[in-house]
Amino acid sequence: MILAIASGKGGTGKTTVAANLAVCLPEPVHLLDCDVEEPNCHIFLNPEIKSTERFTLPFPTVDENRCNGCGECSNICQYNAIVSLKSKPLVFPELCHGCGGCSEVCPEEAITEAKREIGTISSGTWRHITFVQGLLDVGQSLSPPLIRAVKQHCGTNGITIIDCPPGTSCPVIAAVTKSDYVVLVSESSPFGLHDLDLAVDTMRKLDLNFGVVINRVSSLDHRVADYCRNAQIPILLEIPDDRKAAEAYSQGLLLVESVPGFRELFERLYNRILSESSQNRKPTPENKRDFEDIA
Amino acid sequence: MKISISSQGSNPDSAVDPRFGRAAQFLIYDTDTASYEVISNSQGQEAAQGAGIKAAETISRCGAQVLITGHCGPKAFSTLKAAGIEVIIGAEGLSVSQAVDKYKSGQFDATNSSDVRGHWK
Amino acid sequence: MKEMVVISGKGGTGKTSLTASFASLNGKSVIVDCDVDASDLPLVLSPVTERMEYFKSGHEAVIRKDDCVACGTCMDKCRFDAVHEARRYGRPSQFTIDPLSCEGCGVCVHFCPSGAIDFPEQVCGQWMVSETRYGPMVHARLAIGAENSGKLVSTVKTEARQIAEERKLPWIIVDGPPGIACPVIASITGASMALVVVEPTLSGVHDMERVFALTKHFNIPTLVCVNKWELNPRIAGEIERGALSAGASFAGKIGYDSSVTAAQIKGIPVVEYGGPAAQDIRRIWQNIEKRMESIEIPTVMEV
Repeated sequence: MILAIASGKGGTGKTTVAANLAVCLPEPVHLLDCDVEEPNCHIFLNPEIKSTERFTLPFPTVDENRCNGCGECSNICQYNAIVSLKSKPLVFPELCHGCGGCSEVCPEEAITEAKREIGTISSGTWRHITFVQGLLDVGQSLSPPLIRAVKQHCGTNGITIIDCPPGTSCPVIAAVTKSDYVVLVSESSPFGLHDLDLAVDTMRKLDLNFGVVINRVSSLDHRVADYCRNAQIPILLEIPDDRKAAEAYSQGLLLVESVPGFRELFERLYNRILSESSQNRKPTPENKRDFEDIA
Repeated sequence: MKISISSQGSNPDSAVDPRFGRAAQFLIYDTDTASYEVISNSQGQEAAQGAGIKAAETISRCGAQVLITGHCGPKAFSTLKAAGIEVIIGAEGLSVSQAVDKYKSGQFDATNSSDVRGHWK
Repeated sequence: MKEMVVISGKGGTGKTSLTASFASLNGKSVIVDCDVDASDLPLVLSPVTERMEYFKSGHEAVIRKDDCVACGTCMDKCRFDAVHEARRYGRPSQFTIDPLSCEGCGVCVHFCPSGAIDFPEQVCGQWMVSETRYGPMVHARLAIGAENSGKLVSTVKTEARQIAEERKLPWIIVDGPPGIACPVIASITGASMALVVVEPTLSGVHDMERVFALTKHFNIPTLVCVNKWELNPRIAGEIERGALSAGASFAGKIGYDSSVTAAQIKGIPVVEYGGPAAQDIRRIWQNIEKRMESIEIPTVMEV
């Protein structure tokens, strides 16, 4: 089973849920950190890294002797990464998405593809967990291809947990697609509620089965829980607003091993996910909203 | 010789558009006929990325040998250079016809580097 | 024009709460929400929208069912796994393109032998110009699953600069997105200064180092402040030292204070709600103003 841990808002506790849940799961467990801009799972697990590979994207190089300056490459490129003027085309690798259009279309076969490095994929183990992480190079802008590459390491059996990037745009889509169940982590605050609503829309648009974990639950604000009940979204777990938990997190400690009561919470979460995902109950589609409707 | 100017409007009295890549449009002044031609920059304006590259391609295809604009980023500059176009920056605040006159009287210096940082290095 | 962008690397460190307070303290700024993916600043500043524009960016491939001959060329050419195939009697019968996976490269459109693929421009969101009690605000909403290429962020920032110029407002205060990729790069491009908000956690420190690398890469003067510093005073101290040794300035620290959440629930900036954190934020704002005065403001335009 592939289990994605996502959220609309950043900093709600995705990594906390992903890492602590992974520890409570029976073998075999894969934990993939797909928050490639800021991966943090390793801080809590300290895995022994056994292999690292540089991740590359293709980009065009032009054989000057073959190029006849026809400009077909420049016409097909939607990203303005290759431009043909009077001379040999100019290539801007940082704009290239690696679609291969220019090399396919070149009538003189003057374009071949070279590789540019945009990040690193490292993998290792920690206790019974197989750990894989993607890390985007600073200054690089294109994270979805790296996320897709990390996801090639999903386990063939047992449970694979994917720690996703925040938001609702393309990196999140790349991280959550093809998962069997999504855990949306929200926090009990107005910002948390607003961003949860966006994340819920995203999951419905993708037709994914999901439930919600509410983090930092306090007596001040019940709106996230009320929202879930109204929208018939299962609340998988409520994590109390606990200063001890925040302090343990700050030191990079696993809550299930340092704060009393948390192991039970996460074991309960695991059982709840198992029963929810096997029911294959998709939350009611009637308030599925398209972008046009909110416009 | 053809001189291209990034322009906020479609006549020679319009102000020079300080932007190059996302300029409202270009006016092309032909020194042989002393006439202006309006060129759309819709491709530059609509580009999700690399607007300056697209705009440089547009004016190069019009046969311009000179560009007068306000600012120019690094990718646009290397594209213009590859196309053999002389780049004049710092013309914001002038009208298109004033910029052309200033160029003709030799009061502009061609630049040999971009003057703004790019979005992506 | 003084343009300050609030960023963090890691999400949820308090960027929006701080930005809202700065807007309230300054009162002569254009306020910008560049977190177009999860725009929360409007929840605190209650903007009244005066103008809304659709944001178009890139194209999307769409197969016309009736003209598709099911040859599969599109599937062979697509490098983004966006083409799906329906089979009937063991043979491909229909191809469709998943709009959420489509990268808009247009390669299938070009190579389709029956010309059955349309390539319309894509509406990827909307952006708004609004009025708040603290000045004009520019904000946006990216459509779900859209590519956050940074173009929407750039659009919003260009509009904000125009408004600042027209209304002679000396400051632009920008609430940035989390992360370090496209939207963040677009948010900090052309800024006079970046304020990095960090929580004293190991994750916060890790992410801060990557943000430093980014602001350094783009040569932007950087300030750092620590939020909820009592959570881990030792790490808070390390952040302060780390910031200084990385060439950034230290703007101050904010205490762990429940009035921050209480202000959010009430929908007002922390500095208007009061409490110890409000005092800390005031002090940080004074440091920002002081630091801004020493920065030479470069002329930077969109290119």
